[in-house]
Amino acid sequence: MAKWSMVIDLDKCVACQGCSIACRFENNTPVVSPEEAALGRSILWNEVFPLRSEGEAAIASAQAKFLTRPCMHCEDPPCIKVCPVGATYKDDEGIVRQNYARCIGCRFCTVACPYGVRYFNWYEPSWEEGMDTHLNPDRVAGRGDLEGPAIRPKGVVEKCTFCIHRHHKAIARAEAEGREFRNSDYTPACVQTCTAKARFFGDFDDPNSTVSRLSQSRRAFRLLDEAGTSPKVIYLHEG
Amino acid sequence: MRQAQVYHPDNQYEEAILDPIKPPINARDLLLWGGLLVVMGIGVAAYVRQFILGLGVTGMNRPVYWGVYITNFVFFIGLAHSGTFISAILRLSGAEFRKPLARAAEALTLFSLPFGVASIMIDMGRPDRVMNVILYGRFESPLLWDFTAVSLYLFSSVVFFYLSLLPDIALCRDRLEDVPSWQRSMYRILALGWKGHPEQFHRLERVMDGMAIFMTMLVVTVHTVVSWVFGMTIQPVWHSALIGPFFLLGAIFSGTAAVVIVLAILRKAYHLEDVLPVGLFNSLRKLLIVFSLGWLYMMIAEHLTLYYGNIPEEMEVFWQRFTGDFSIMFWVMTFAVFVVPILIFIFRGKNSIAWMVTASVLINIGMWLERYVVIIPTETRPRLLYELVQGSYTPTWTEWAITASLFAGMFLLYSIFTRFFPVVPLWETAETLEPETAFPEKRQRGFRGARRRRLGG
Repeated sequence: MAKWSMVIDLDKCVACQGCSIACRFENNTPVVSPEEAALGRSILWNEVFPLRSEGEAAIASAQAKFLTRPCMHCEDPPCIKVCPVGATYKDDEGIVRQNYARCIGCRFCTVACPYGVRYFNWYEPSWEEGMDTHLNPDRVAGRGDLEGPAIRPKGVVEKCTFCIHRHHKAIARAEAEGREFRNSDYTPACVQTCTAKARFFGDFDDPNSTVSRLSQSRRAFRLLDEAGTSPKVIYLHEG
Repeated sequence: MRQAQVYHPDNQYEEAILDPIKPPINARDLLLWGGLLVVMGIGVAAYVRQFILGLGVTGMNRPVYWGVYITNFVFFIGLAHSGTFISAILRLSGAEFRKPLARAAEALTLFSLPFGVASIMIDMGRPDRVMNVILYGRFESPLLWDFTAVSLYLFSSVVFFYLSLLPDIALCRDRLEDVPSWQRSMYRILALGWKGHPEQFHRLERVMDGMAIFMTMLVVTVHTVVSWVFGMTIQPVWHSALIGPFFLLGAIFSGTAAVVIVLAILRKAYHLEDVLPVGLFNSLRKLLIVFSLGWLYMMIAEHLTLYYGNIPEEMEVFWQRFTGDFSIMFWVMTFAVFVVPILIFIFRGKNSIAWMVTASVLINIGMWLERYVVIIPTETRPRLLYELVQGSYTPTWTEWAITASLFAGMFLLYSIFTRFFPVVPLWETAETLEPETAFPEKRQRGFRGARRRRLGG
């Protein structure tokens, strides 16, 4: 059983926000109006944050810093602990998933997640005309209910799934071709699209995988490691 | 057929206590209830709109995922602690002054709890799926602890309340002969055939003593568990062991202050000046002084620890409270909960109901603000995002309308209750529980029969 993990090299990242956009189209995340976005209600499973830079030196060098942030898919996720109905769960391969059909919309998980990766559907999801006819038709069922890119009802929480539907599709394709599934068959949309090839994805338990080797780098760190969540997304420091 | 004879304890204030129930429903009642229903109607309309459109009609956002509704939840549950504190904890400690005000306080418990529960439902994105909590409930989630504790609390409060009401319902059944027939039937059914036998009173007292112990444990549990919804997360400032005791103290504090307000209103509206003397308010004043000082202690313990520790993510929230977006609320809260009331209590409160009510109203406004200031600032500066995203929150009219309707609902239930049931416990304030006359032959035989059976078995 693979332990899916992602490495993000901040040194390579050019902050193009391609990952964010690719994620949006891949996972059918609803679009909100500019007014709603100003309220902080935009839904971006993979968000790009500008980091506040401090001091004269930073301004002089015009060195803006950015942090791209998918779900950390923690080994010990605070969100799962607090969910009263088990609508969010960790699957066999360590991916933290969300069952839209069971979620009661109490937003405990959104409050408990220290990374802010969980998003709530304040209204019925909507898309601009034209866009609504070009939604990703991929569907994946987990525990009997549609997950991942399935269209969400209003009032439920949604989150990054490491493009779980791509995983299922890759397995199905391997089966159709009559061969074994290889870890390299499965790549989330953000990793595939990354302009600067700053993102890597693979099995953390495989010592020869890129992610496993990069995680040994001296630049490697995890967000809020001190929170005890054991994130499976590993960052590489700039410089 | 001869009616079985019933006995009631002698209470010199019986007339005064029953007087408010005697007159038929009049224009004044209807005006009050109608007015409250209108306020509730606006809230219901706002909720229906929210239900149809989604929680987007509120001011909540990311990262402030919880707002006024959760504040109301904590506040109403806190208010509910009044009754249990006065009737259970003071019962156990043998404080006699509690007797005349026990029911008024318990009624406050009973009528504020449902609105605490409602607040959670209102806050849910998918209230239609509430059954999932039972179908798929996970006890690892503090929300399930809440669910269990609050429903147990609601159930126990109803039982506790009803038990202490039982002899008085029987009294209403027998003494109020001019009330409409439906009202008499209501008393007859609810009295469960209470006869006022000494043995019955004896058993009732024993059950209530037992329940008082249970309720005391519950009252501590419930509000601590409410705080754990916040405390169990690792968000800055929420994640503190102090949050439980602080919530509990705040709950009993605001609950006791609410009792002062309710008593003053009842005293005025129902002319209960003799039954609810100023002395009662003086006793509550002493309790409130203790709670005010307790509140100050908690406040200093919490904020000094935060400030001295100087952990960056906690300081973000700390400054949000002291000088940031919530500073006005924070300082208004401090003055309303502590500074002004303690001055009033010490220098003006004695023998002055008006001053006591002023202080109590301030305390309750302040405690609502306190809940708000405990919950929201942390959300605006969450652990990771405080340097990435800075949240803000402005409640919308929908949230205010729904909040107003919850309070209106509580007042409505309270005022209806006090028009049909004695709000001061007649039997508990009676001089003696001994029956006025001897038992009739028939009853005695039945009673002896029962004893014989028990001895035989």
